[in-house]
Amino acid sequence: MAFQIIVCAKQVPDTNEIRIDPVKKTLIREGVPSILNHDDANALEEALKIRDKYPDTKVTVVTMGPPQAKDMLIECLAMGADEAVLASDRALGGSDTWATSNALAAAIEKIGAFDLIFAGRQAIDGDTAQVGPQIAEKLGLPQVTYVTDFEISDDRKEITVKRALEDGYELIKLRTPCMLTAIKELNTPRYMSVGGIVDAAARDIPVWGAAELGVDTEKEVGLDASPTKVFRSFTPAPKGKGEMLEGDTEKEQADKLLIGLKTKHVI
Amino acid sequence: MAVKIINENCKGCTLCVRACPFEAIDMVDKIAVINEKCTNCKQCIPACKFDAIIDEEAETEEVDLSVYKHVWVYAEQRGGAIMNVALELIGEGRRLAREIGADTKVYAVLIGDAGQTEPLCKDCFEYGADGAYVLEDPLLAKFTTDGYTKVFADLIKEKKPEIVLFGATHIGRDLAPRVAARLSTGLTADCTRLDIKTSSYIDYANKYTTQDTSDLDPASEDHGLKQTRPAFGGNLMATIITPYTRPQMATVRPGVMTRRERAPGATGETVKVQPHLQASDIRTQVMDIVKSTKEIVSLTDADIICSGGRGLGGPDGFNLIRTFAAKVGGVVGSSRAAVDAGWIDHSHQVGQTGTTVKPKIYFACGISGAIQHLAGMQTSDIIVAINKDPDAPIFEVADYGIVGDLFKVIPEIIAEWDKAGDLYEATIDRSAE
Repeated sequence: MAFQIIVCAKQVPDTNEIRIDPVKKTLIREGVPSILNHDDANALEEALKIRDKYPDTKVTVVTMGPPQAKDMLIECLAMGADEAVLASDRALGGSDTWATSNALAAAIEKIGAFDLIFAGRQAIDGDTAQVGPQIAEKLGLPQVTYVTDFEISDDRKEITVKRALEDGYELIKLRTPCMLTAIKELNTPRYMSVGGIVDAAARDIPVWGAAELGVDTEKEVGLDASPTKVFRSFTPAPKGKGEMLEGDTEKEQADKLLIGLKTKHVI
Repeated sequence: MAVKIINENCKGCTLCVRACPFEAIDMVDKIAVINEKCTNCKQCIPACKFDAIIDEEAETEEVDLSVYKHVWVYAEQRGGAIMNVALELIGEGRRLAREIGADTKVYAVLIGDAGQTEPLCKDCFEYGADGAYVLEDPLLAKFTTDGYTKVFADLIKEKKPEIVLFGATHIGRDLAPRVAARLSTGLTADCTRLDIKTSSYIDYANKYTTQDTSDLDPASEDHGLKQTRPAFGGNLMATIITPYTRPQMATVRPGVMTRRERAPGATGETVKVQPHLQASDIRTQVMDIVKSTKEIVSLTDADIICSGGRGLGGPDGFNLIRTFAAKVGGVVGSSRAAVDAGWIDHSHQVGQTGTTVKPKIYFACGISGAIQHLAGMQTSDIIVAINKDPDAPIFEVADYGIVGDLFKVIPEIIAEWDKAGDLYEATIDRSAE
């Protein structure tokens, strides 16, 4: 049987142009130009590299999002993914990471047997890095996050990865099936091919709602089921003109600067 | 405390039988029946598509929020040394605990090899912990997601803390989501501000944000954790609450909370817990942990960039910038003027025709601030400008400006760099008096 890889991806806004729903206090994603999240592109690239080496590999991309997330899936197909699935339903809206991982874990189980799951470490909009590990927990899989280097044995049962730490790395061995989350140091994502774009645009991408996923819309997914709630959302106070550091000596100026940097928690 | 089949939901599909690693599920009259081989590993629960398998514990544990007490901090240690962020969080946890009530305590949770973590309790107590849970086992000598998640989640289930805080390190961000998912509770990532009392939150919001707080009641009795975090690279902030589940869990960005002043000789309650862990629980094998001396990173990846311009006076001026960058762990950048003059290679150029950068700190040294340069660096988190000319446009975008001779100012910054913590703490001590 083919070696099955599932890649979890997310469509994220490409701009700094942010709007917030004044009532629900959540982000309005409609109308903002969107792209494939950077770390997720690295996740997909690594899956495609495995397929380059072992042609009987099948790469399926799964995402949860609004209907237009299909555009990102088309991009993934054009890069070379074999299949793509969109989990989309109004009832999934407002999900926090816990609820999102319930929906994605259900989608992955519906796709069927798998050997490996790749996800990006985190998305550039939420920056939580929580959904990958939480999917792994729901599916009962071992995980390695912050993967910068990947090797697989020829029988494709044993994986050796480097996991980035703040001051170095860990070398970790584990067996399939498992969940790995990718960071940009892992690889350089390939471009979409022209032929791939044409073919991908014509593809029929299945869309699964809560009913197809078999998830409970009161207890497992969506805004109400999410254990975390947005209490307030707001923008930080605008940045004014900076502070000129005066002093009788250069040392005095240097000290003021270092206290300022420390106060702002940047050093 | 066990996995249970709800007969009326069971469709006899046998998905659970295939999911069970222990052959602990039989089919009897087309309905799944759990036999004595069950280890309560719960693999069958997600396998069932029909909600026919439940964890009785989860079901009966209809959350009574009031039984959850105290604030816990994961006292992350690597190789027998506590991470700074853990000490910061002990201080913050203590502040939160006291806001909840006088009898609310802050506990450090130490996990590691036999004999490895108990000596670290002293650090925790001296930085403000009222107590410490110590979980030691040879299987916990190195961090593994499986091992640490199991012992931490088991302890939380048993002791029921109200709040659990983790440093948002590469390990904290691996462990916390896994623990939160196992407990089906909320987790807020990468927080930069935590509040208990609504009045403290209002004070913060009025001072640092644009939000209207007139609808918040400063006398509110609400003691839920208000977790504030940036999203979209800090363009948007959100305050998150976890109203219906416990514990309330958060990871907190390192360097944001303030460590308490060390109280030498402070003591606390040490609670030793024997973790229930087997080698087979851990499915990853850490072969090696390698500490790397900081690699030469590219401008786009750098947290700190030290850039030089025409004010350096010549190619030798970059020697000072290189020394500066080496001291602060930064990368050397330059203006186009310095590249055009042939003082440094084009690969260092920041700006519209060079590299666009967004480091945490950008030091512009002897750079006047031409539009094309500003376009490549003005979204840096903090910009520090050092220039002789007080009218240089670079000061318009700088967070901190120093008018002076860079050849005198930079050596002072280098000399004082390692003392930044002491200088800062001295200002706190003064303001506390």
